[in-house]
Amino acid sequence: MQTHHEKELAELKDKLLTMASHAETAVTRAVEAVVNRDEKLAVQVRADDNILDRFEVTVDEMSVALLAKAPLASDLRFVLMVMKISQNLERVGDEANKIAKRARDLAGEPPLKANIDIPKMAQIALGMLKSSLDAFVRRDAATARALIPRDKEVNALNKQFQKELMELMTRDPANIRRCMWLTVVTKSLERIADHAKNVAEDVVYLCEANDIRHAAGK
Amino acid sequence: MKHRFQSQGFNFGSAFFTGLTGLATALILVFLVIILGNIFLNGWEGLSWRFVSTIPKKDFFEPGSAAVLPMIVGTTIRVFVMTLFVIPVGVITAIYLTEYASTTSLYTRIIRAAVNNLAGVPSIVFGLFGLGFFINFIGKNLDQMMNASGPHFGQPAVLWASLTLAVMTLPVVIVATEESLKAIAPGLREASLALGATKLQTIWKIVLPNALPGIMTGAILAISRAAGEVAPIMFTGAAYYMADLPKSPTDQFMDLGYHIYVLSTQSPDIEKTRPILYATVLVLLLLTFALNAVAIVVRSRMRKAMRAGH
Amino acid sequence: MPEPVLQKIAMPEAPAQPTTGTVPLIEADKLSLYYGQSKALKEISLTIPEKLVTAFIGPSGCGKSTFLRCFNRMNDLIDGVRIEGQINIGGHDIYGDDVDVIELRKRVGMVFQKSNPFPKSIYENIAYGLRLHGIKAKSELDGIVEHSLKGAALWDEVKERLNASALGLSGGQQQRLCIARTIAIKPEIILMDEPASALDPIATARIEELILELKEQFTIVIVTHNMQQAARISDYTAFFYLGTLVEFDVTSKIFTAPKERQTEDYVTGRFG
Repeated sequence: MQTHHEKELAELKDKLLTMASHAETAVTRAVEAVVNRDEKLAVQVRADDNILDRFEVTVDEMSVALLAKAPLASDLRFVLMVMKISQNLERVGDEANKIAKRARDLAGEPPLKANIDIPKMAQIALGMLKSSLDAFVRRDAATARALIPRDKEVNALNKQFQKELMELMTRDPANIRRCMWLTVVTKSLERIADHAKNVAEDVVYLCEANDIRHAAGK
Repeated sequence: MKHRFQSQGFNFGSAFFTGLTGLATALILVFLVIILGNIFLNGWEGLSWRFVSTIPKKDFFEPGSAAVLPMIVGTTIRVFVMTLFVIPVGVITAIYLTEYASTTSLYTRIIRAAVNNLAGVPSIVFGLFGLGFFINFIGKNLDQMMNASGPHFGQPAVLWASLTLAVMTLPVVIVATEESLKAIAPGLREASLALGATKLQTIWKIVLPNALPGIMTGAILAISRAAGEVAPIMFTGAAYYMADLPKSPTDQFMDLGYHIYVLSTQSPDIEKTRPILYATVLVLLLLTFALNAVAIVVRSRMRKAMRAGH
Repeated sequence: MPEPVLQKIAMPEAPAQPTTGTVPLIEADKLSLYYGQSKALKEISLTIPEKLVTAFIGPSGCGKSTFLRCFNRMNDLIDGVRIEGQINIGGHDIYGDDVDVIELRKRVGMVFQKSNPFPKSIYENIAYGLRLHGIKAKSELDGIVEHSLKGAALWDEVKERLNASALGLSGGQQQRLCIARTIAIKPEIILMDEPASALDPIATARIEELILELKEQFTIVIVTHNMQQAARISDYTAFFYLGTLVEFDVTSKIFTAPKERQTEDYVTGRFG
C-alpha cells in the first residue's frame, strides 16, 4: 500500500511530468512555427509561456512543503532533483519562447534559401529531452548517461549552421536580419539540448547519488 | 605516545571494601547454618508421626507422651485468622494513603507517622494492649450487652489473639501494599481514566490486580513475623494446656511458640525435656516455612497469570 | 450528550484561528492554568478545526502538554491546579458545572507518550473501555475489537493471538494497541501526547501513517518534539513558548515562513 508520503512524492512527480509535456509542446510548436512560417502559432506559443512559469512556482511550493517534512536519501534527492528539473524545463520554455518570437519575425520576411535543417536539430534536442524525462520516470541511470554525449551532436550541428549562416550573411547583407534570427533559433535549440543534458545528469544523481557534472574537465 | 588508560596499580581501598562486604555477608550465612543445623540435628530424632498427630496428656514433659498436634492447629488457625483481618484493613489503608490522601496534608502525615511508630512498638506491649482493649474492653462489653451469665467474649480466645497479631502486623502489610501501589506505572491509571473509567473502577480493575503480588509479599512478611510471636498471644489466647482442639473463635488454644516457652521454663527435668523442645522448635520452623511456601506459591501463580494477560 | 453546536463566542480579540474551509471543533478562550501560584498557561485562545491534525510544538516546559490535557480534563487529577477561561468543545463549555468528566473523556480520547497497555490480553485491553461504557455482549465486543484493531493497523499482526498478553507486543505495536483501545470507544477527538517519541523510526513511520488515516474520522491534536513529524502529519501547527501561544497557522507556513521571530528561531534550531 502507498503511504501518504509516497502519495505526496507521486503527486509531485505527476506535476513535474505535466510541466514537461507542456515544455515539449512549446518547443514542438515553436519549431513548427519556424518551419511552416506560421505567425499565429508563434504568437500562441508566446502566450502560453506563463503556463510553464506557473508550473515552476507550483512545483517549487510542493517541493518546499515536502522538504519541511525532512525526506532523506533517495526521497531527498528526488525532491531536490525535481526542483532542478523544473527549473530546466522552465528554461526550455524560455527558449521555445525565443524561437517563437523569431518565428513570428521570420514569417514576416520572404523565406531564406539556406541549407539549415532546423527540424533535424529540433528532433535531436527534443529527443534528448524526452529520453531524459523517461529516464527520470523509470529512474534509469543508464539511459540518462547514454544520452549525455548526444549534446555534442547538437553542438556540432549548431556550429555547422552558424558557419553556414555566417557565409550567407557575408554573401549578401540583405540576408543579415533573417540570418541573425535563425542564429537565435539554432542557438536556442542548442540550449534546449543543454537543458536536456542537465536533466540527464540530475537523473544520474537521483539514481546513484553520484554527481557527474563537469566530470569531462577532470 | 602515552597510554592514558593504563591501570595505576592495585587499588587497596576498593579491594578492602569488597572483602569487608563479602565477609559480612558470609557471617550471616554462617549464623544461619549454625542455628538451622543445630535445630535440625537435635530436633530430628524427637520428630515422629505420633508426635505431630496426637493430642498430648497433661504431662507433656515426658518424652513418651509429648505431642504437638493442638499447637500446630492453634498456630495455623491464629495465623490464618490474623491474615483474614490484616490484609483487608492493611490494603484499604494503603489504598487510601496512596490513591486518595493528599500527600502534603497534616492528616496523612499523622497516619503515616502512626503506621511507622506502630512498627516500632515491642510485641509484649501489643500483648498487653490486646488484653486491655480486645478482652477487657470489647469482650467484656459484648458480654454485658448479651447478658451472658459468665465471661464468654471477655476472656482470652483465638479470635482476640489473632486480632492482636493483626494489629501488630498491620504496618508490614500497609507498607508493602503502598510500595506495590506506588510501583504501578502511573501510565496505567491515566490510561484507564482517559478511557472514561472512574477512580474506583480504575483502582478495582487496574490498580489492585496489578498490586496483588506486592500485597502477597506483605502477607508473607506478616505471616513470618506472626507465626513465631509469643508475647502478643500470651495474655490474649494461648493456653498452657487444653485437652481438646479449639472449637470456636472464643476458645483458647495451644500454640507452638508459647509451648516452646513453657517447655523451656516450666520443665521439672530440663535434660529429659530437651529432645522434645528441639523437636517442637523444628516443627515451628517447618510450619512457618510451610505457611510462607503457600503464600509464595500463590504469589507466583498470580504473577504468571498476570504475565499471561488474564 | 448535546449535538456539537457550532456557535461563535463573542471575544474581545479574535483568537488564533485557521482560515477557510474548516469547521471549528475545540475553542479555547483565554485559557489560563495555574499550578498553585505559578501560571503555567497564559490566556491561550485558539480554535482547533474538525477532522484535521493539529500539532502543538515548543520547547520542554512550554505548556503544550498541559494545554493538551485541558481538553479531556486530565489536569483535574493534579493537586493545586486551577483553571481560568473557557474551553468549548462542539460549543459546550467542558469546565461547566453540568459536565460529566467521564462522558467528556469518552468523547475526547487520549494516547500517551509511553505506551501503556494494561497487563491484560490484547483483547481485554480493548474490551476494558467498552465494558466501562456498558458494552457487555461478547458478539458486540468481538466486532468492535476487530474493527478497532483494523483501524489501528494492528489486526493482521495480532489476529492469531488476541488472548496473548499485550505486554508481549513490541513498543510500536503496544502504542498502536493503545490507539486501538482509544478509537474503540469512538471518541470525536483523539489527543496524542508525543505518541512516537519512544519508538524507533520504522514504528514512528507507522504511527504517523496511522494518524494520517485516522484524521478521516477523528479530530487529532498531537504534541510532538519532532518538528519534521509535525510537518509530515499535521495540517495546523501551534507553537508554544513559556506558557503562551506564540503562533498558530497552517503547518507549511509555520515550517517554511513563520511570522514570529521566536517561531523562526525554534524551528530552525537556533533557540536560546
